[in-house]
Amino acid sequence: MAKVPVRFTLNGRETALFVDGGANLLDVLRRGAGDLSPKYGCGQGTCGTCTVLVDGEAHLSCLTLAEIIEGRSVSTVSGLSNGPDLHALQTCFMENFAAQCGYCTSGMLMAAKALLDTNPNPTRDEVIEAISGNLCRCTGYEPIIDAILLAAERGQGNRSPSYGSAR
Amino acid sequence: MIAVETYASADQAATALHGDAVFLGGGTLIMRAVNYGDLKTERIVRSTDPAMKSISTSGERISIGAAATMSDVMLNPQLAFLAPVARSIGGPAVRNMATVGGNLFASHPYGDFAVALLALDGRVSVAGSGEEDLGAFLARRSSFSGVVTEVSIARPATGDFRYRKVSRIKPKGVSVMSLAAWLPRSGGRLSGARVAFGAMGNTPVRANGVERALEGANLDVSGIAEALRAVRTDLQPPDDPIASSWYRSEVAPVHLRRLLLDEEVS
Amino acid sequence: MSSVEFRKDLFADERPENLNEIGLPKQRQDALGHVTGRSPYYDDNLYDGLLHMRMVRSSEYHARIRSISLNGADMMPGVVRVIQAADVPHNINTLLSLIGFGRDDEALLQDKKVSYRGEAILAIIAETELQARKACQAVRVDYEALPHVLDVEEALKPQAPVVNEEYPNNTFDYYDRYDHQKLRFGDPHAAMARADHIVEGEYQMSPIEQAPMETCGAIAVPETNDRILCHTCSQALFFSLGTTAKLLDTPSSRLHFKGGTVGGGFGGKVDSLNEPMAVLGAKLTGRPVKFTWDREEEMQVGAPRGAERWRIRDGVMNDGRIIAREFTGFFDSGAYTRLSSYAVVKGTAHLPGPYTIPNVASNVYCVFTNRTPATAMRGFGITGVDFAIECHMDKVAETVRMNPIELRLLNAYRDGDMKPHRRVAKNTAYIECCQVAAGKADWAIAPEYSAMSSLRDGGGERASIPLTMIDEEGRIGERKRGANIDTAPSKITKDSGRAPSVIPILEATQAMGEQAAGRPQVGKATSPAPQPSAPPAPAPAMAPSQTPSPTSAVPAAPQRSAFARLQASEPAAPSQSRPVEPQPSTPTPPSESEQPYRPSEPFSRGVKRPGASPFISGRRR
Repeated sequence: MAKVPVRFTLNGRETALFVDGGANLLDVLRRGAGDLSPKYGCGQGTCGTCTVLVDGEAHLSCLTLAEIIEGRSVSTVSGLSNGPDLHALQTCFMENFAAQCGYCTSGMLMAAKALLDTNPNPTRDEVIEAISGNLCRCTGYEPIIDAILLAAERGQGNRSPSYGSAR
Repeated sequence: MIAVETYASADQAATALHGDAVFLGGGTLIMRAVNYGDLKTERIVRSTDPAMKSISTSGERISIGAAATMSDVMLNPQLAFLAPVARSIGGPAVRNMATVGGNLFASHPYGDFAVALLALDGRVSVAGSGEEDLGAFLARRSSFSGVVTEVSIARPATGDFRYRKVSRIKPKGVSVMSLAAWLPRSGGRLSGARVAFGAMGNTPVRANGVERALEGANLDVSGIAEALRAVRTDLQPPDDPIASSWYRSEVAPVHLRRLLLDEEVS
Repeated sequence: MSSVEFRKDLFADERPENLNEIGLPKQRQDALGHVTGRSPYYDDNLYDGLLHMRMVRSSEYHARIRSISLNGADMMPGVVRVIQAADVPHNINTLLSLIGFGRDDEALLQDKKVSYRGEAILAIIAETELQARKACQAVRVDYEALPHVLDVEEALKPQAPVVNEEYPNNTFDYYDRYDHQKLRFGDPHAAMARADHIVEGEYQMSPIEQAPMETCGAIAVPETNDRILCHTCSQALFFSLGTTAKLLDTPSSRLHFKGGTVGGGFGGKVDSLNEPMAVLGAKLTGRPVKFTWDREEEMQVGAPRGAERWRIRDGVMNDGRIIAREFTGFFDSGAYTRLSSYAVVKGTAHLPGPYTIPNVASNVYCVFTNRTPATAMRGFGITGVDFAIECHMDKVAETVRMNPIELRLLNAYRDGDMKPHRRVAKNTAYIECCQVAAGKADWAIAPEYSAMSSLRDGGGERASIPLTMIDEEGRIGERKRGANIDTAPSKITKDSGRAPSVIPILEATQAMGEQAAGRPQVGKATSPAPQPSAPPAPAPAMAPSQTPSPTSAVPAAPQRSAFARLQASEPAAPSQSRPVEPQPSTPTPPSESEQPYRPSEPFSRGVKRPGASPFISGRRR
């Protein structure tokens, strides 16, 4: 079996793995690095549940060849909170019932973070555009859009108070 | 087991692209095939050639590197007229990955960016070979093996380029059809207009009958009437889950009218 | 905190104000897990040496399998095991067999005939998902294509191909007797004859895929105590466990099912197709096996909300009162029963929607076609017909030139009204719902409509069960034998000179519940004791004084159901449209040609079916 070494930064930590040739980043993050926050939804780029940030840009990890991540920086929801201190997006998603089954939430959060990192004061239309590649089957999107706008209002860089430790 | 080969230049990659190997651009098409076991090869070739990401203007034409992403297009001031086209492709994550070169290979009903390039007299540069007309390239794309390095297009005068993507889902979805038109005028009348459709054939196609009907016409209701009639017979759209062939043919004149007259759609 | 609006002005005296939880927004208990990416979904269980299962699926809608050639797939790199139909210990099931409803009609893996595109034929387990996919691509299946039927009404024609051998008439069998679920309440045809308008409409809904963001899947892992652990996203954990135990003919005590967070289900994660295969894979390989659907399978093979076709015929007075309503409904069950049989019963109990209409009849069919089997989805059985009903209400409003919301309010059911399935409506809120909707939409309604209340003016006359015409049309197998019978409810009316029956038809869902409880069917006619949880039976409704018709002298048995009576009077009367004699009697055995259809196999009653696992029901443990 041909294994290929890949080194990258995952949520600020240096990571090195041997991956199968042709493996996608989603599989490598989940089964290789043990970061289970990105989810598989379609494997074909239509649903956005696997969205992660690569060098700060939203990418679909299921369509990203793991080998091209060499030397780059990957961010996932696992790195969004600072210990028990949640990111503003996370608290606003909780408060607005923006997560129901929770499966799209990781991708939604990373798509929203990519938006707020470059556009801290988005319009509603800009928020809709930013999550237009992310599907949600539970919420009808409105609570998600409201949550992102609320996070922007509060200043997405601010960490909000703890909701208790995450399990 | 799939092996990935990475080359520093497009030429090297093209040389390595023998047998059944495939070239990986942004990954949105090839990785989908990998994930679904549809890839017919075990060799993937890619290139990190920075020249393939460049965007440059020369005279009346603009060259866009094949590895430029949709996001690169949206951010480049020289390509402001193409920003709405790029924005109509997928969501932000797809646009950060999907490339201009890759869009030439997107199967029906995808490939909306290529529709715009086709209307703008696109010409394709292939590593180790010359330039060729995009329309001819699209017609032979299923058997093409090589590396597309860039696509050059005409730089339209302000207001001469139009694009619409029609889908059933808001804010965006898969194309019922996409339409692009380059409408140069001479003395107020159309001269050398180019009109292209996406999702109305196996590849993005030009509507030749529409273009002929627009030659010398005024861009008004009576001037485009013949073109609206021509579009019904110009294209043989396929049936798919998004829309039937019949439906696409029936609504094509409506969308063409809106495009040509720049009508607002609520 | 949220956009939910609590209208405490409505039914205010029904709710105490001093509650600490109810009526107050609460943070979801799983929200923190969701926003931190730590909620545990089934696929978040990592195992070293995990194997991956993929399925070889039918490329045909309907075909006999002549042969299956592995074509070297079992020798391909990474392939650990091939699982074929013969490897499934008890390769026949129907989902609702766990509650004793319907007959086993579906194999986990097919090796003789496929009845829909995407039906599973064999499974391959390999070290990687890609290796399993490549091996599946190598397998060659030789099909003999059969004619297929994709439309519910085409499927009812005598010459239609038989989709499902267990139900050779292409319809689910109701109560061993009819090819459809009946509802009879009053005399719709007599009422239609005196109506000012007849309003007819046909409504068709396409199948809808639940499309959960997390596709269906399961991971099965051998434990060290002779058990198999199964991580699953099932919406119905013990249902999946029972189904797995039955198909694998294994005691449920040897199965350890572990649910987690479900990544969206909406009804699409009930069918339990992944769990038995994953567990079987783990048993046969002794290693952890994952069987998950990709998105294409979720869309093609995942059972959707089935397609429905409804025809509605209303008798309407000039003032907007609907005095009769008749339904003919077709549920497209796809190739197998799954849950559509139940959807039909549930849908029938909902008719005629949230309205009080004194004369109602319906015939609803659960039809087999060569489409992907249908299953549950959010209010299934109800949602489709509600769409049809509400479209139809607008059509009625147009016909009588009435404000469509006022028309709904005029006909709305109220507390105390008798529903056609013989349950008294309670806790109704449709009137208030219409009033609030009108307000939100700035849709003007007249003051007398704004003043209406669900709590007033119901019951009384509206609580009575009317003189009801019943019939025996649509016996099992009649259509297949070429009988020219309408699919719509019977045209029999008391005005046709026939003697009507006043015998109410037992609420179908209750009948199903009693079947589920394993009650003897025949003895039911003399065991009228209501279920403890059932609402008070409208006993007086059957008293002669409340059915003041010439036929009220017929000594109808209160609380005795026509269904139970029919069971008691086996063998059945000839399949002719006519009112049933009101008293159980010893019928004349029908002649040979009139023998009703009888299945060649005995009914499976869940645990009692010969050869079935004795451990498929929790009741036995």
